[in-house]
Amino acid sequence: MRFDPSEIGEVLEMLLFRELDIRAVTLSVNTLPAIRPTVGDTLAALEEALEPLLKRLRPAVERVASRLGVRIVTVRLAVSPVSIMLEPIGKAEAAVEIAKHLDGLAEKHGVDMVGGFSAFVHAGVSRGDAALMEALSEALNSTRRLAGFLNVASTATGVNMDAVRAAAEAVLKMEPHAAARFAATANMPEDVPFMPGAYHGLGLPDAVVNIAVSGPGVIEAVVRNMPNADVRTLHDAIKRAAFKITRLGELVGREVAKELGVPFGSVDLSVAPSPKVGDSVAAILEAVGLPRVGAPGTLFALALFVDAVKKGGAMATSTIGGLSGAFIPVSEDAVMAEAAREGALTFDTLKSTLAVCNTGIDMAGIPGDAPPDAVAALIADVMAAAVALDKALGVRLVPIPGAKPGDVYDLGGLYGRVVVMDLGKYGDIPLARRRGTAPPAVERLKKG
Amino acid sequence: MELAVVSVLGADRVGIVAGIAGVLARHNVNIVDISQTVVRDIFSMVMVVDMSKADVDIAQLRRELEEEGRRLGVMVGVYHIDVFRYMQRI
Repeated sequence: MRFDPSEIGEVLEMLLFRELDIRAVTLSVNTLPAIRPTVGDTLAALEEALEPLLKRLRPAVERVASRLGVRIVTVRLAVSPVSIMLEPIGKAEAAVEIAKHLDGLAEKHGVDMVGGFSAFVHAGVSRGDAALMEALSEALNSTRRLAGFLNVASTATGVNMDAVRAAAEAVLKMEPHAAARFAATANMPEDVPFMPGAYHGLGLPDAVVNIAVSGPGVIEAVVRNMPNADVRTLHDAIKRAAFKITRLGELVGREVAKELGVPFGSVDLSVAPSPKVGDSVAAILEAVGLPRVGAPGTLFALALFVDAVKKGGAMATSTIGGLSGAFIPVSEDAVMAEAAREGALTFDTLKSTLAVCNTGIDMAGIPGDAPPDAVAALIADVMAAAVALDKALGVRLVPIPGAKPGDVYDLGGLYGRVVVMDLGKYGDIPLARRRGTAPPAVERLKKG
Repeated sequence: MELAVVSVLGADRVGIVAGIAGVLARHNVNIVDISQTVVRDIFSMVMVVDMSKADVDIAQLRRELEEEGRRLGVMVGVYHIDVFRYMQRI
């Protein structure tokens, strides 16, 4: 097979100068066989189930990265929802012990993050769920690599306001580094390679490999080279770039799965940013023609971009999974963070963008003493939209102690610089204290 | 054939092609295709090489080529052909 020098040049430019890399290889493992009635036995069984795979995970990923010459930024593990493992034990102290144990296993084996310290409470709270929720803030505060979510709403059941409230209160008890590893979510799919959404779903085999791609820099360069193109031509060019980015994910996923001897799960088409310069989704939107992300036109630009990414990516992999849209985590995207600091990007803008992307409100800072009502109500807003639109959305807020809107807190690494945003002037919101579960939308009835 | 792409980029000087090709020859790696240009004193070269009879794996070859690149003051990248096959061909 012959390649034109320009074809080789294009790929080299993406890899060398446009920050094209694989954001995450996530090994998803069924840990339910490790359920035991006591915490000591559970920890031993967990280790027995995970160690044989974990020993091989990092070396397998490194072999593939080295053979192909492609950077793989993070190696991750997703386990079955820990709330299920807690069902027979039902104690918060056990949840904290499991959390620390998973964190330790990850550190020992060079795994950057572990997802699955999670519970599904969209229609009610079971014994295991209650134990996990009670332990949530302590578990995340006392670990470095553990991630989790509370799924507090679903299209099928509606929005559980008790769980929304619990999520808000848990977040406010978390230190910034811990809050960055937690989200309140709706409709979480089973094969997400991104944290904190990753967990091993009930419909999956014992182990699978899921892939998250990166590459906003590639698309930004494409858009910048077409200043006079009409929007359809631009859409087509983004689609082609998204295809190529996703194909790299497909290749890496197949190779890692082969190395590990487990099935290949899916590629999440989402183009994820990082705090590095030249790796920003917001910069793509600005290149499409915005003076600043957040300006009028933001929704249109994002919709154009997301649609092109989905269509290009859909052709590139036969196993699409995860969230597959656009990610706009505020702190993890240098341009997005700057727009938030300038006040161009507000919670209202972020709420509007969730109509066309799969993020919701992600990695936005709030004051450490934010009113619980306001936090719960903000989560409820996003959850209501997820139910009405029948899509997966999340809220990831980072409380910064002693901070006020406009302040910046550096979390470091891929998390970036958290900008504290204005939650508005209403701290007392009686709605956020009402209990119960809001009914699902008529969307539910269409499913039978 | 076990193909790989070798890219070399940096300030132009005498001996870059010889240096890189020397490492390849030493490990029995055959150059299948080569394109090389100098624009405004920036040297750029892309080689497609066959590693099927090589006495090292791609990781070891990369290490040695990078080392040679450092000596020559150029940036060397080594990529498996599958990356290009996946991204440029359906």
